[in-house]
Amino acid sequence: MRLTNLLGGTALAMTAAAAAGAISAQELPACEGCADSMTIVSWGGAYSNSQAKAYHEPYQELTGIEIVNDESSAEAVAKLRAMDEAGNVTWDLVDVVASDAMRLCDEGLAMEIDADADLAAAPDGTTASEDFGDLLVSECFIPQIVYSTTFGYRTDVAEWGGKTPDDICDVFDLEAFPGKRSLEKRPINNMEWALLCDGVAKEDVYDVLETDEGQAQALAKLATIKDSVVWWSAGAETPQLLADGEVVMGSTYNGRLFALIEEQKQPVAMLWDAQVFDLDGWIIPAGLPDDRKARVMHYLNFATDTQRLADQAAYISYGPARKSSAPLVGKHAELGIEMAPHMPTDPENSKNTFLYNYEWWADYRDDMDAKFQSWLLN
Amino acid sequence: MADATAGDGIAPEENRSASGLLLSADGTPLKNSIARAERRARIRAFLLILPLLAFVMVSFIAPIADMLFRSVENDIVADTLPRTVVELQDWDPASGVPGEPVFEAFYADMLDATEAKIHTRLGSRLNYEESGMSSLFRKTNARRLGRIDDTQPLAPQFEKIDEDWATVEPWAILKTFSARYTPGYFLQAADMKLTPEGVESVDETQQIYIKLFWRTIILSLTITCSCLLLGYPVAWLLANLPMKSANILMILVLLPFWTSLLVRTSAWKVLLQEQGVINDILVWIGLVNDGARLVLINNQIGTVIAMTHILLPFMILPLYSVMKTIPPSYLRAAKSMGANDWVAFWRVYFPQSIPGIGAGAILVFILAIGYYITPELVGGTSGTFISNRIAFHISTSLNWGLAAALGSLLLILVMGLYWLYDKIVGIDNVKLG
Repeated sequence: MRLTNLLGGTALAMTAAAAAGAISAQELPACEGCADSMTIVSWGGAYSNSQAKAYHEPYQELTGIEIVNDESSAEAVAKLRAMDEAGNVTWDLVDVVASDAMRLCDEGLAMEIDADADLAAAPDGTTASEDFGDLLVSECFIPQIVYSTTFGYRTDVAEWGGKTPDDICDVFDLEAFPGKRSLEKRPINNMEWALLCDGVAKEDVYDVLETDEGQAQALAKLATIKDSVVWWSAGAETPQLLADGEVVMGSTYNGRLFALIEEQKQPVAMLWDAQVFDLDGWIIPAGLPDDRKARVMHYLNFATDTQRLADQAAYISYGPARKSSAPLVGKHAELGIEMAPHMPTDPENSKNTFLYNYEWWADYRDDMDAKFQSWLLN
Repeated sequence: MADATAGDGIAPEENRSASGLLLSADGTPLKNSIARAERRARIRAFLLILPLLAFVMVSFIAPIADMLFRSVENDIVADTLPRTVVELQDWDPASGVPGEPVFEAFYADMLDATEAKIHTRLGSRLNYEESGMSSLFRKTNARRLGRIDDTQPLAPQFEKIDEDWATVEPWAILKTFSARYTPGYFLQAADMKLTPEGVESVDETQQIYIKLFWRTIILSLTITCSCLLLGYPVAWLLANLPMKSANILMILVLLPFWTSLLVRTSAWKVLLQEQGVINDILVWIGLVNDGARLVLINNQIGTVIAMTHILLPFMILPLYSVMKTIPPSYLRAAKSMGANDWVAFWRVYFPQSIPGIGAGAILVFILAIGYYITPELVGGTSGTFISNRIAFHISTSLNWGLAAALGSLLLILVMGLYWLYDKIVGIDNVKLG
């Protein structure tokens, strides 16, 4: 998966105004035999808000249908499985991260998509599959945004003597940067960062991590800071811990840090080094009745087109998943600041990025998790 | 009974049948009509509880039984690969990679499975046992199977799809987990695993569940004890203050009950964290050095403090209702006969309050042992419970079989402790009021 393809496009011109692409009712094809309401599942908070502003509200204005929002994405995989077993899937469209989409696809709980047939082409005629490119990581997955997991740090730590961390390995350097750190309470990303800072080359990380010695090495590196780590399980925890001064640096999703820095004006800055790209997007539950399926496909065709994906970036600092959307990204809708420098895909921010290996984690997730949790206990 | 009453002369002569049985007014034997009336009463009583019984069965017992059943259920392998499972029965992992008949059966099974798109589901299931099975099955997809020429030997062609098919491991895993019922999940829940060679204990770096069970019990006992220590004096006050002040105190006890659990837990976060209110005050009055603030959260201390607070009403209320029934005159009587305060309390009052302690302790302990959200939020890594792992396997790893096995063990554990309690204290000795 080469997410780097995105960077060129995003870098070019993120200055064009986003307002240009309002669509009129005539351009939107009518929806024949479609249900007149749909249930969309997402993450809630600022993220759901950005989707409502960019996708739901314009679509409702054009079609007059009812959209029911459900904020269950965090438990989407388990709930979908339970619904499927009960034979009563009440959701029409579900927002999940790429790894969950792969799992849902594996479990037969998500519908397969034919990108070119089901999704809109770019304005210049580029097919959807080419426009999304490598980001179509699963047959069931329609990517919306590129986000990253990265570090934020407080800019007012007296003990640091004016230095600021600019390297991922500063997270592991308790001498130069004393204080508590917050890391996610699961192995994903932490293991990779540990190996990177223990002298493993970026391209070898997963080969090393596949061996018992490599896993021991990663855990040993993490053990060097274990006593100074606060482990988080919800994305909102790190921003709160940073704001309270409970930790001096911590990992979380870049959009959360953006809100902390730009909206709440906290003395925090982004580290960006070795940020890990990940994708978030839609899946359609398998086995929907025809009228609901028709409605979802109609909505998706609208909501994942080039302009709509670019519109979303005006409300949250996540990069649009289509290459053709990048030049259309403009200013933040309320703060009025340019969004480009806050995108994880901005060249200044993505000098050193790490690509998360979905396939590898799908295989090793259970095993690694058992080891990681056992390590946490000891 | 008829024989016993037949000759005692209580009933008038005309109400006896020829055989000497007592008869009721309509001429049927009295025994029968009593039985009928009793049966009617029983049916009526049963009908009265029927709605509740049906509700409990449908919404509580059946789902729990279904969930617990998953801890041994393992239909997926035999259902997805029926022919392969039969062929593998005679295969011995020690003899190397299975022969061509197994591959033929597997090829036929996988053609069906990929068409029904259930092969990846099997891969996810087997990945719980061996890392790599997930991608192995995902790789062996309809497109790649379509390229296989079934007139040629299949083994080398499967090796081309993924070289793992030419090794013993995936076949050994398939054989080990081909039975419709497996002890595998329960073994995992006890830090062991089922391997082709038999039951083994898992590597030390992966042992987690036994430790968590112990921690859950010990922390729950600690929470129960601290609830008792804090709750007993409060309950005593409640029972002995004049009505007016007791009511105010009662509202204070109940107030946290009416506040959302999440709000209370988050409030503890604000209070306990290193830059939090308690540490700030301690630093301000000089008890604690600014550089060495107390770590009160994200560890066991945090869990014990927050859960004690949350479960305290469950201790106070049963204690209160029992203490309310202990006449204050008993204490006065004890003192008038020369007991000092301590003896009067310990020999007279305390024994009478034991049923309340028993009820409160059982309530708090059983609630604590299954608690999930508070340990997750304030427990960090050292203060989490087994229920947090159960939740993880239900909602994140989707390993419902293991979650069910852990849940069953927890249920057995609670019932075992209940039995122990009955033996030591006696369950008759528990009173809610």
